[in-house]
Amino acid sequence: MKLGRRGWLLGAALLLALPLLTDLGLGRSWVRLLDFALLYTMLALGLNIVVGYAGLLDLGYVAFYAVGAYLYAILASPQFALHWPLWALLPVGALVAASVGALLGAPTLGLRGDYLAIVTMGFGEIIRIFMRNLTPLTGGPAGIDGIDALAVGSFSFADTHRLLGWSLPGLYSYYFLFLALTALIVLMSRRLEDSRIGRAWAAIREDEVAARSMGLNTRNLKLLAFSMGATFGGISGVLFAGFQGFVSPESFTMGESVMILCMVVLGGMGHIYGVILGALLLAILPEAFRPLAQLQQSALGQVWLDPANLRMLLFAIALVAVMVLRPEGLWPSPVRRRELHTPRGGEPGPGDDGDSDDEGADGELPAAAGGATP
Amino acid sequence: MDIFLQQLVNGLVQGSIYALVALGYTMVYGIIELVNFAHGEVVMVGALVSLSVIQRLADRGLSGWGVIAAGILVSIPACMALGFAIERVAYRPLRRAPRLAPLISAIGVSIALQQLAALIWGRNFLHYPEVVARTPFHLGGAVITEVQLVILATAALLMAGLWFLVQRTRLGRAMRATAQNPAVAGLMGVDVDRIIATTFLIGSALAAVAGTLVGTYYNVGNHTMGFLLGMKAFTAAVLGGIGNLQGAMLGGLLLGVIENLGAGYLGNLTGGVIGSNYSDVLSFLMLVAVLVLRPSGLLGERSAEKV
Amino acid sequence: MSWMLRSLCLTTVSLALLSCGRSESGASGELVVKIGASAPLTGPQANLGKDNENGTRMAIDDLNGQNITLGGRKVRFELVSEDDAADPKTGTIVAQKFADQKVNGVIGHLNSGTSIPASRIYSEAGIPQISPSATNPKYTHQGFKTAFRVMTNDSVQGSEVGRFVAQKLGVRSVAVIDDATQYGQGLASQFEDAAKAAGVTIATHEHTDDKATDFQAILTNIKARNPDLIYYAGMSAQGGPMMKQLKALGIASRFMTGDGGCSTEFLHLSGAEGEGAYCSLPGLPLGKMPKGADFKTRFNAKYGDIQSYSPYCYDAVMVMVEAMRKADSADPAKYLPFLAKTDYEGVTSHIAFDANGDIQGGVITVYQDQGGKWVPQETLGGSH
Repeated sequence: MKLGRRGWLLGAALLLALPLLTDLGLGRSWVRLLDFALLYTMLALGLNIVVGYAGLLDLGYVAFYAVGAYLYAILASPQFALHWPLWALLPVGALVAASVGALLGAPTLGLRGDYLAIVTMGFGEIIRIFMRNLTPLTGGPAGIDGIDALAVGSFSFADTHRLLGWSLPGLYSYYFLFLALTALIVLMSRRLEDSRIGRAWAAIREDEVAARSMGLNTRNLKLLAFSMGATFGGISGVLFAGFQGFVSPESFTMGESVMILCMVVLGGMGHIYGVILGALLLAILPEAFRPLAQLQQSALGQVWLDPANLRMLLFAIALVAVMVLRPEGLWPSPVRRRELHTPRGGEPGPGDDGDSDDEGADGELPAAAGGATP
Repeated sequence: MDIFLQQLVNGLVQGSIYALVALGYTMVYGIIELVNFAHGEVVMVGALVSLSVIQRLADRGLSGWGVIAAGILVSIPACMALGFAIERVAYRPLRRAPRLAPLISAIGVSIALQQLAALIWGRNFLHYPEVVARTPFHLGGAVITEVQLVILATAALLMAGLWFLVQRTRLGRAMRATAQNPAVAGLMGVDVDRIIATTFLIGSALAAVAGTLVGTYYNVGNHTMGFLLGMKAFTAAVLGGIGNLQGAMLGGLLLGVIENLGAGYLGNLTGGVIGSNYSDVLSFLMLVAVLVLRPSGLLGERSAEKV
Repeated sequence: MSWMLRSLCLTTVSLALLSCGRSESGASGELVVKIGASAPLTGPQANLGKDNENGTRMAIDDLNGQNITLGGRKVRFELVSEDDAADPKTGTIVAQKFADQKVNGVIGHLNSGTSIPASRIYSEAGIPQISPSATNPKYTHQGFKTAFRVMTNDSVQGSEVGRFVAQKLGVRSVAVIDDATQYGQGLASQFEDAAKAAGVTIATHEHTDDKATDFQAILTNIKARNPDLIYYAGMSAQGGPMMKQLKALGIASRFMTGDGGCSTEFLHLSGAEGEGAYCSLPGLPLGKMPKGADFKTRFNAKYGDIQSYSPYCYDAVMVMVEAMRKADSADPAKYLPFLAKTDYEGVTSHIAFDANGDIQGGVITVYQDQGGKWVPQETLGGSH
């Protein structure tokens, strides 16, 4: 895990040069895909706080993404002739999403596991139904168009800029903006994980009853997890609306929530780098499978199977295969991996977090009715 | 009053469709606490396999409930094979895995089945041949058709049958033991793998029946028909207390009735401010209210022994 | 971390390698003209998306049989079809892909939700885009010179039909149902306004979903109000079963649906219960257009029933290539001015664009289901 200074510099240089390399190697659509992949990374990191850290299964996470996106769309578009600046809307978006998170979290505090999942899914759908029906405010199913591009002062991220004689397309500027915010979110996630709050979340995740009996205020801690997660969702929503220039309810379906959850779990729940890997992979994979028609054409002489269906089929098979081969995720945290690969009934080391029982080791609350099954 | 009665009938019929599908969810959940996300897709496969059979028979000029029974008889083994395969490939390797791993592989299976169905049956909405008469019966001002009656009866019968199976047979006892504690059940001589596989077989057979009836009722079949139905049924199962057979039935009926009364009366009650477009909001809020008061569903607590 | 670095390097290398596979056009003396086509090929609207692709493909096959030359070089048209999954985000990625591949024009997208964000990218890349089916008025009102559509937007159809039901069908009260999509809601509200203006009472306005299968709750509501007509703004996958369910409930009201339901699919799905239903479709009846009947026969032989918008896709390609011929170039910058001045007799109607890129003076034809066939009743609007 130790990375020398040279390594860091090299990594940073590579990240900065990535859009250019991608553009030259693969074309600009892949730069756009990178931008979206970063948005998904932020979303996945936000959901990771709820699911990975606090162990609360949330199937309606896209609601917060929607709240952020619609907030920006309403306050920075011709819809009401309002044009708030980005620097004001980012914190407002984060705040509003956080409040919605707490608001939706409040009635669900007593629920566990799959019951929580279905209620959060319901909230996700409710938010979408409101977006679809509050036509005077949200434009209804037609959505809101002509949304202001993201800009700081007179610098618009959408425009092509000239830098030291280089032309810098808007997609690059967006990439750097998203990269910077992703880095910020990664930093915040890391600080949270190691903080008292982070440890308290871990305690709730592993055994809520024990956590409460240790004097933790589980109610507030859970609400905080929902709000923190929602904050990141709201921020990526704001960015999405400005980037896309158009929002409509179609972008915030339950399928999106499910996909973000897949990113978190497939990458390695609770482990920041794993989650990033999961987000990047699942955002890019469906696009990487696109040239199937040409591949079939050149390999078999004709297109046998419909490439569009085949593409999603391969994606699904990849999802199943990864989970079956690496149930703890592609890149789990070392702690989690150790837990899973300790033989059952093995002696927990002294000073271990005390999560040696099987129920706790899987990092999810027991979903059984009534909670602690004898 | 007639209208209210009609909405109630509508709700009960739609609710028993949810219940039929929810039974499959709840069976599997009761045993291994897995939300079988792909169950809706198995229902879809059941519907489409039956459709192929029923279409062949209808083309020969045959009609009546016998044709539908033939469809079910073919789709049951097909779905059972599918359910068995899914359990073997996507769930069994993950039995000791973190809880969310099987959920994700279930989502993968669900996407895969949709794509496979699109490759086999195409993307178009298929017309489910009409082989049974649509003669309406009048029930004090409300109208109910034969298909609707059959759906109601089938849901009730299947629930009762499953209850008997789980509570009164040797297999059922093994299932309950496995649900409570697989390790101890294993020590007591229960072949846990076999019991879980059997549960999937039963769940898939139910899916075949549900799929065929749904297709017969709405006269449409399509590779995407399973997803929403699955979600609604899952909601119903949770509402009733997931893992509990009577709960699935009660949750299904309740959800169907709430949805229909909501769509029917929201507009009247609010003076047209909000209308049928908000009926799903109403159902979900109802679900939240129930779960806040009873965190493990309506009949959840009584299922200290699950299934 | 070093693992991450290594994987980053690996990705970059493999990305670069992948790029070698991209096909380069213009071998030998032949000019390859790429036509991008995008629609949802997976998901619930995949049936419509495939239909669009088929219509586009047929046009391209026809054109390749015509030995067209541009700028003295023989032309081969190539279809590049991509799935946008009806998702706005995926739509922009596909649009960028088309821009990267320097396609000469785009037929798409199917939905307004994908067409609108994608149109910005096409506009920046200077690629002409003709949507066969996006009906959101906003699509052509963003100020992009490259955005066209060959489908009448909702306002024309809704208002013509709203007047028609009052004046020709003698309808006094109507219940409106929309499917809560942009298309359905737009059409329903235009219809409602026009019908009201023509003196029709709106008994109720109900809503369903574009994924729903059960409509009995709202139909029962409608039954209580006993309107003369039920107007459904949505697709046939819902309209067909809805027709069946309203007959089963014993509702006697007449039924009418918009272009989304004006398909063979509706006839299949509603079966015998569909008898007497009305629908409206922009354009003249295919049988009345000189090339329409021929198109229908050949399409049916090749791909089966027309689902919805394939004739419009066919027209869109033809209009685009016609402009190329007039400019004697497939260069977007050169043929775009000719595209704006289109004056073409298509299989669906006469096609000319107004300043926004909307089809001019579109006509609407009303059909009725008689014995399992859509029989043209009347053509509304326009100069016809």
